[in-house]
Amino acid sequence: MRVAALNQRGPGQPVGIVAELWNHRELLVTLIRKDLKVRYRGSSLGFFWSMLNPALYLGVFYVVFQLILENGIPLFAIYLLSGLLVWNLFSSSISGAAGSIVDNQALVKKIYLPRAIFPLAAVGSAFVHFVLQLGVLVTILVVTGYRVAWSYLWLAALGLVVIVVLAAAIGVLLAAVNVRNRDVKHFLELVLLAWFWMTPIVYPFGLVQENLGDRSSLALLNPVSSVVLVFQRAIYARTTAPNGDSILPVEGQLWFLRNVGAVGLLAVVLLFLAFRYFRSVEGDFAEAL
Amino acid sequence: MSAISVEAVSKRFRLQRGAPRTLKDRLVLRGQKVAPPEDFWALREVSFEVAQGETVGLIGHNGSGKSTLLKCVGGILTPTTGSVRVNGRLASLLELGAGFHPDLTGRENVFLNGSILGLSRREVERRFDDIVSFAELEDFIDSPVKFYSSGMYVRLGFAVAVNVEPDVLLVDEVLSVGDEAFQRKCLDKVQSFQRQGRTIVLVSHAVDLVQSICDRAVVLDHGRLVADGDAAEAVTTYRRVLYEPQMRMVDAGDPAPVSDPAGAEPSDPAESSADAMTADGEDGPPAEAPSDLTMGERHEQARTGGVQIVDVWCGPSHHNTTYVESGDELDVVVTYDAAEAIGDAMFGIAIADGRDGKEVYGVNTGLLEVEMPVIEGRGTVTFHLGSVPLLAGSYPVTIGITSQDEGTIYDWREQRHRFEVLARNPGVGMVAFDVEVTVEAEQHQETTHGSA
Repeated sequence: MRVAALNQRGPGQPVGIVAELWNHRELLVTLIRKDLKVRYRGSSLGFFWSMLNPALYLGVFYVVFQLILENGIPLFAIYLLSGLLVWNLFSSSISGAAGSIVDNQALVKKIYLPRAIFPLAAVGSAFVHFVLQLGVLVTILVVTGYRVAWSYLWLAALGLVVIVVLAAAIGVLLAAVNVRNRDVKHFLELVLLAWFWMTPIVYPFGLVQENLGDRSSLALLNPVSSVVLVFQRAIYARTTAPNGDSILPVEGQLWFLRNVGAVGLLAVVLLFLAFRYFRSVEGDFAEAL
Repeated sequence: MSAISVEAVSKRFRLQRGAPRTLKDRLVLRGQKVAPPEDFWALREVSFEVAQGETVGLIGHNGSGKSTLLKCVGGILTPTTGSVRVNGRLASLLELGAGFHPDLTGRENVFLNGSILGLSRREVERRFDDIVSFAELEDFIDSPVKFYSSGMYVRLGFAVAVNVEPDVLLVDEVLSVGDEAFQRKCLDKVQSFQRQGRTIVLVSHAVDLVQSICDRAVVLDHGRLVADGDAAEAVTTYRRVLYEPQMRMVDAGDPAPVSDPAGAEPSDPAESSADAMTADGEDGPPAEAPSDLTMGERHEQARTGGVQIVDVWCGPSHHNTTYVESGDELDVVVTYDAAEAIGDAMFGIAIADGRDGKEVYGVNTGLLEVEMPVIEGRGTVTFHLGSVPLLAGSYPVTIGITSQDEGTIYDWREQRHRFEVLARNPGVGMVAFDVEVTVEAEQHQETTHGSA
């Protein structure tokens, strides 16, 4: 039976949350579709709205950093987009996930579902947006005949998996915390703002290395940085500006693999802990909401 | 194998005044004393089993914990202690249309809701037409549900939920929604589930409904299970629990309350208690003074048991339901078992108004001048009522077997059975009259006459 996971429930027989979610994978897809449908229902621009956000960022940052501050990064648009899309995936995943249990309280209070499905659906819906935005970026690359670093693309794909797992872990955790602390979302906004500027998206990692020297590896303690760097390395693909300024670290694939692998390990451990915490408190959701 | 097993389930709710609700509060209020949490036990050590294919009613007054229990069974709440096990696909009708999104169309919501309730997309596709036609929403299925009336909303919710074809169905008060015709459809569906051997747990205030469709009922009072047994007996216990405070007041005026066990000498009604009305094995509150007994209860006390009522069926002829529509035919079938040959047996039925217990109609084989043969062993006596001219409501039925001179009461069941009437007649009261209204304007006077 498809809902076999329901058969033995209760504190005596904890069911693996992953198995239960797997049984409900089709529901996950339905919830993601619902989210996308609802978001664009009644808006004439539809999916173009999700392009508007990176386009606006692009315009503003181009003016500020390229024209006013003259940061000297060639083809700044492609540099910015290759990091920004990853950041958008990460940040919209966790901010969507954080509010997901509260937003779906009508369901949580009335029907039994593996409740971790709501934060995961938020991550899934952010992922769909990412794919659309990536589609636009790829179109730009193809049309302009831009040369990406083919040998680094598989690392970027790995980085994508890692960032999704990381976002899911943080999202699941925050979704649970937000049930009893409704201001998590406000805190999160501030944290994400700081986090964004701590990640080399607008400015190049080369600048960080220049200023911090040996201590530049401290900047890699930010797990998002490692993933953003691997995307920039694969898509933007230029390590040095024409004037000799360093943009990306001049390192081999192994260096990137090590960083992304470490973040991946962290993400998996975090996801495990997040599920465990979620599982321990989800029984209270229906009464706490 | 039992479909549901609830073992020693207790549920505690923590009520904490001034508890921090936000991270900011947690930081600001750190170190400050917070009032200790007040514990409220919504359920205490509740255990029961529901067998496969059984229909069980869960009754109790407001705040007795019945909805909490249903939520624990449904997995929505986790018991503080104890465990709940459910075998098979479960669907809960705690709220119809929970999870409908107002901006999505009826069609989109059917797919969404179906998959929330555990159907695959393909399964929903296969049942889609059934769902829509059950909900009678063919013309509106592509409009957003925010434009639906509350009735349409609920109909669609019910249609999806019942088409999930669950093994175990949890129902909370939702059968009382919609108009009369839709209610009837819902009841039909519930009864077809029963025939298919599905398990149903029903929470309701409508004890009449519980009595008519449930095999068994569980009564909760202040979070404790106080009765578990035959629906009719459980309902009696429920009423007793509900009115217990008033009864105590009556007792207070009685210096020496009599509390004989249920098997008291039947020949001496004055000494017997009303314990016969409580569920088996259940310690009832101290018995009322004998003067509080109604005539019917005295009859129950006085039965000698020469002929016993084994089973009673009241419902429409040719249908396996216990409700009828106004004007339908009704059968009351009494199965008796006579221990010895009895030549003077007289069978009687009485139909009462469920609202006040007053008799609506009563008749017996003596008044009807039916030639009663000598009865011995098992048999049935059927009262076929050609038409039930009653308005919607619940009608308790009393069955009695007495001697011709009514001097001996062989067996008596005072309002232990009942049937429901669903009426299309919009009138109020008890009797369904056929009414036609003619409105005619007179030539010189411009007034309107109504006639009923």
